[in-house]
Amino acid sequence: MTATRTDRWDEFMEGLWRQNPIFVMTLGLCPALAVTVSAVNALSMGLATTFVLTASCFLVSLLRKRIPKEVRIATYIVIIATFVTVVDYLIQAVSLALYDALGAFIQLIVVNCVILGRAEAHASKHPPLPAVLSALGMGAGFTLGLFALGAVREILGAGKLFGISLFGEHFQPWVVMVLPPGGFFVLGLWLLLFSAWTRRQRRKEAIQHA
Amino acid sequence: MKPAIDPLPTTPTAAMLRTLAVVAALCGTIITAAHQGTQAAIEGNKRLAIERAVFKVIPAAVSVAEYLALPEGRLVKVGADKTAPAGAIKFYAGFDASGRLVGVAAEGAAKGYADTVRILFAWEASSQAVTGFGVVSSRETPGIGDKILVDKDFLANFPLEAKLSADMKTLANAIRTVKHGTKAYPWEIDAIAGATITSRAVGRAIDETAQALLPRIAPHLAQLEDRP
Repeated sequence: MTATRTDRWDEFMEGLWRQNPIFVMTLGLCPALAVTVSAVNALSMGLATTFVLTASCFLVSLLRKRIPKEVRIATYIVIIATFVTVVDYLIQAVSLALYDALGAFIQLIVVNCVILGRAEAHASKHPPLPAVLSALGMGAGFTLGLFALGAVREILGAGKLFGISLFGEHFQPWVVMVLPPGGFFVLGLWLLLFSAWTRRQRRKEAIQHA
Repeated sequence: MKPAIDPLPTTPTAAMLRTLAVVAALCGTIITAAHQGTQAAIEGNKRLAIERAVFKVIPAAVSVAEYLALPEGRLVKVGADKTAPAGAIKFYAGFDASGRLVGVAAEGAAKGYADTVRILFAWEASSQAVTGFGVVSSRETPGIGDKILVDKDFLANFPLEAKLSADMKTLANAIRTVKHGTKAYPWEIDAIAGATITSRAVGRAIDETAQALLPRIAPHLAQLEDRP
């Protein structure tokens, strides 16, 4: 029982941390660079992607024995596109301002390689529970990555976090951070930090084993 | 002698088609259900967004009605089906608590620095002036182009004269944006220094819509007064 619980936790942590789609696999960078001008946009895009990822992986896993391999990609894309349409409607129903801010990147979730990758590499080979846990972990990892970018860009580029002013009116915003180049700067710095931290961990483990 | 190689197992065509048909039907059902379930909320959100935008540019308004100005000069209220005949220009009429017309608002669009700048501006019939504007959508550079909504000198351009000519077929003076500090007439917009392209887009957007819309609606304003 304990082993199963550990396995499940591992499935979740795989995407959240060890195989984080942004910091480790550097996948799905198109929305990660384009919509992360604020923390709210980043979180919303992360949650929308998590919803599509989880729902698609659940359905793919449920139908995995009935989908012939010859038509699997077509089937996965139809399933993913379905949930993207659903999330598109849901965001419009929640907030039109958010819908306008995320723009075409909501529809572009269809071609986010994290989702098709998860459906093909994991959900099509595992039962629904591990498939959903793995998708949730990957979605949480993607959301974490987007939020890390969005929060830093909003703080530096607008002097705010979640729209709340942090430094008073004399703060001169570092505007480039909310422009496209700022996305690359902040992503580069996060990748550097993540890679330095991972290396340190590995070195520590090596010393302990020695 | 070579051993006989078993052909790779293949899925029958009928099975592939069946799977695709089942998945398509299932996905179709999910999409239709999501559409039906969210339609009312989306319509409500759209109406709220329009009302909020109109109330912002016509602060005295407490209710809004959507109208179409037809090419032949008639004004018709937008029905539930939202269809517009060719050449019609959409505008919003703002009414106060007693049902009196306090202003009309219309959308205008012009190319800015990054992309098209879409604005909603208000026109007051009694003073024949554009009283203010709000941004509907803009991708202008943060910190530069988005100053049009906060720059005090730029906002001081409003109310902006938008009088109709004597024959009521066009504006008496076309609205235009001039370089910062060179505004000489009440129908000119003093541009923001450093954000001239976005300032020009605002001027062009107002001018184009006002030239087309105001001659159509000005003779029928009394009709709007009667139908709050």
